[in-house]
Amino acid sequence: MTGANNASRTRRREPLTDAQLLTTISICIFVVMYAAAMVFLGGGFLKVQQIFDLLNDNAALIIISCSLTIVMIGGGINISVGGVIGFTVMSCALFLNAHEGGPMTIVLTVLLALGIGLAFGVLEGFLVSYLEIQPFIVTLAGMFLSRGLTTMLSVNPVKVTHEGFLALVKAKIKIPWLGYIAQNGNLIPAKLEIGAVVALCVVLLVYLMLRHLRFGRNIYALGGNRQSALMLGINVKSTCFWSYVLSGLLSGLAGLVFIMHKPAGNASVAMRSEMDAIAASIIGGTLLTGGVGNVVGTLFGVMILATIQKIIALSPLNASWWQEMASGAMLGFFIILQSVVLSNRSKHKKAN
Amino acid sequence: MQNDAILTMRGITKTFPGTIALNKVDFTLRKGEIHALMGENGAGKSTLIKVLTGVYEKDEGSIWVVGGEAEAHIHSPQDAQNIGISTVYQEITLCPNLTVAENMFIGRTSGQTVNWKEYESRATAILDNLGIPARAKQQLGSCSLAVQQMVAIGRAVDMQCKVLILDEPTSSLDDKEVAMLFKLMRELKGRGVGIIFVTHFLEQVYEVCDRITVLRNGELVGEYAIEDLPQVELVAKMMGKDLNDLESLEQVGHKSAGADEVVYEAEGLSSSEARPFNFKIRRGEVNGFTGLLGSGRSESVRAIFGADRVTGGKVRVKGKDVKITNPREAMKNGIGYLPEDRKRDGIIADLSVRENIILALQVMKGFFHPMSKAQMRQFADEYIKALQIKTASQDTPIKSLSGGNQQKVILARWLLTHPDYLILDEPTRGIDVGTKLEIQRLVLKLAEENMSVTFISSEIEEMLRTCSRLIVMRDRKIVGELTGDQLTQGYVMKTIAGGEQ
Repeated sequence: MTGANNASRTRRREPLTDAQLLTTISICIFVVMYAAAMVFLGGGFLKVQQIFDLLNDNAALIIISCSLTIVMIGGGINISVGGVIGFTVMSCALFLNAHEGGPMTIVLTVLLALGIGLAFGVLEGFLVSYLEIQPFIVTLAGMFLSRGLTTMLSVNPVKVTHEGFLALVKAKIKIPWLGYIAQNGNLIPAKLEIGAVVALCVVLLVYLMLRHLRFGRNIYALGGNRQSALMLGINVKSTCFWSYVLSGLLSGLAGLVFIMHKPAGNASVAMRSEMDAIAASIIGGTLLTGGVGNVVGTLFGVMILATIQKIIALSPLNASWWQEMASGAMLGFFIILQSVVLSNRSKHKKAN
Repeated sequence: MQNDAILTMRGITKTFPGTIALNKVDFTLRKGEIHALMGENGAGKSTLIKVLTGVYEKDEGSIWVVGGEAEAHIHSPQDAQNIGISTVYQEITLCPNLTVAENMFIGRTSGQTVNWKEYESRATAILDNLGIPARAKQQLGSCSLAVQQMVAIGRAVDMQCKVLILDEPTSSLDDKEVAMLFKLMRELKGRGVGIIFVTHFLEQVYEVCDRITVLRNGELVGEYAIEDLPQVELVAKMMGKDLNDLESLEQVGHKSAGADEVVYEAEGLSSSEARPFNFKIRRGEVNGFTGLLGSGRSESVRAIFGADRVTGGKVRVKGKDVKITNPREAMKNGIGYLPEDRKRDGIIADLSVRENIILALQVMKGFFHPMSKAQMRQFADEYIKALQIKTASQDTPIKSLSGGNQQKVILARWLLTHPDYLILDEPTRGIDVGTKLEIQRLVLKLAEENMSVTFISSEIEEMLRTCSRLIVMRDRKIVGELTGDQLTQGYVMKTIAGGEQ
């Protein structure tokens, strides 16, 4: 019994780890920001639907941000995720239009999307981990390749005409008790798209993987100190390889979620979204230097960026440059905050 | 072979292209002893350790570990761990972003999932058992370096190691932390673990070790019980000098004690690497810092030049209070510094000889006052001639010059700025004997021309030939200042060793 008591006492006393601290900061900032929006802008922000809309519109971004968080924790980077989304969306759109038919076509579309992501992940992972080429260069090449392939498939936008799939796009999960009463007295239930549910599942699964699987912990060790990880007996190369494979697979999944939100392929789909994903990961508490990060923080990183854009869209400053400047300012603010918090910590440690 | 030996190495030879790093070295470690492996730079300590841990493959010789009937074949660090040889390196090889418990178990568990509860309870047991002041759930990076080192030891112990190698574990620890580490080492010794302790700190050897093996130039000097080898003899054996052998030295010039004017004076100067010390030098004086490797001699002169982060102390240059916190300020105050590691801190390999010579002067002038091409050529020519630098032309990249000539180029760089005070940290290391003598003569000539010089060398003869005052350091403290009659090899060595013990 005393042992258990001891354990619970130490549990309460234990200070937050760097990752927990940074995640907590971003969650707090999201809550404060959202509360401020509710007070000052009211309107849509008072409805649960607003949060659901943020999730619906950013489901693909949430998934690639998780994919980025995984490789960034391992000390790498993957800037091809946006390109892979673009290529996946275009391939799926063409595939769907070429095959009329029932559920089988949709299953094949899902497999096609995942297959494309997997192929990019395997290729990039091999080059990065076994041939030891800089991940930035490898994934930059992956980005160019995927964008080029997209344009090669079709220069013009392609609209999905497959009826079964369009029905899936329109399908929404309705939650009446989170809805609101419209002016005409009707109850309008809160609606969540399938893609948003998929994105939340990805967050949960990746969180569990990073926390409880040996593979997940090895990624943290790899990013914390590659040489040490090697000396500790971790298979550094295979860990690195599989982290890129997973990242690629998630990019393919993100492409699928994207086309379920906007059923059309286009050469510029998800353009620059890899940068948004990096920003979201960093705001969520992932360090570019590796070893520290958490997908729950990343989810809130995406939500913070999305909320800023929503707030600016509803404010008198509604212009795209204000949105970009606000996102940039937020990112700068977070990086400064992170380095201040972490350096304060190390000073505190030295003082002890 | 003794019965209680747990590790026996016989006739270990390892060659690298051009050098024999180890030549038929024997080493024996017994159960439950702490065994110091001593030697100066290049003695072969780290090569021997690396052969033992599988980082290098030996060329000849054999290794036996108790428990194994046959010879042990060690081809990788993993092999070494499997037969019970664990190493804790000076730089921590753990992951600071993970918890203490994770660091103890990661990479050596089976199963695809992590059982946090089991990790934490087992880690807590190890920590309690060994008396390591850390909590299992704590992030490793929030522990002090000493505790991190102990966690690494805890991991090794839990892997049932029979031989524990501690490679310079104390070099970044303070006294209290060293005491904690020693307590842990004695605890492990009591459990029958054999510990190989590599360190530069003589006093620590005598505090904790049972036996000493001394290596020099890749050869075994001998194995001694600690009580049979007084500290001063240990130093003599490491340096390869017989105490009674006071050979007469070839004079290369007249030593100068300098004028009365104090050019540079430091009071309680300290940096992130050096402990507080007092120091002064007169105009035209040549003095030297001596001590074993790791005694703090380079760290002290780096503090004078502001090369590390200066943390305290007062500095007076020619009687005026000044602040020197970075090399540029030091240069503005007429101080020049030729670093110990010329490849890392000194030369810019791809630039030409001329550009390398001009560099310091250009920095002093500031980049907004460019020098004319003709002027640069003239300066370069002047010094190439004066120092007899052997180079095809002044446009030759410095990396294609020999070590001695590279050193002269860096020397020229500083002479061009006409410093009042020049610090030369190991200017003669790795260059041929003729050039060594040339540099020593040059130092004495500079002193005659009223420059003050601090000269550091691992070779005591060189220092005795050039310096009129020797500052002796041990374990990062100044332990003596020798002048006049005290400047003999025997006396210097006794001071380094800390008298008879």
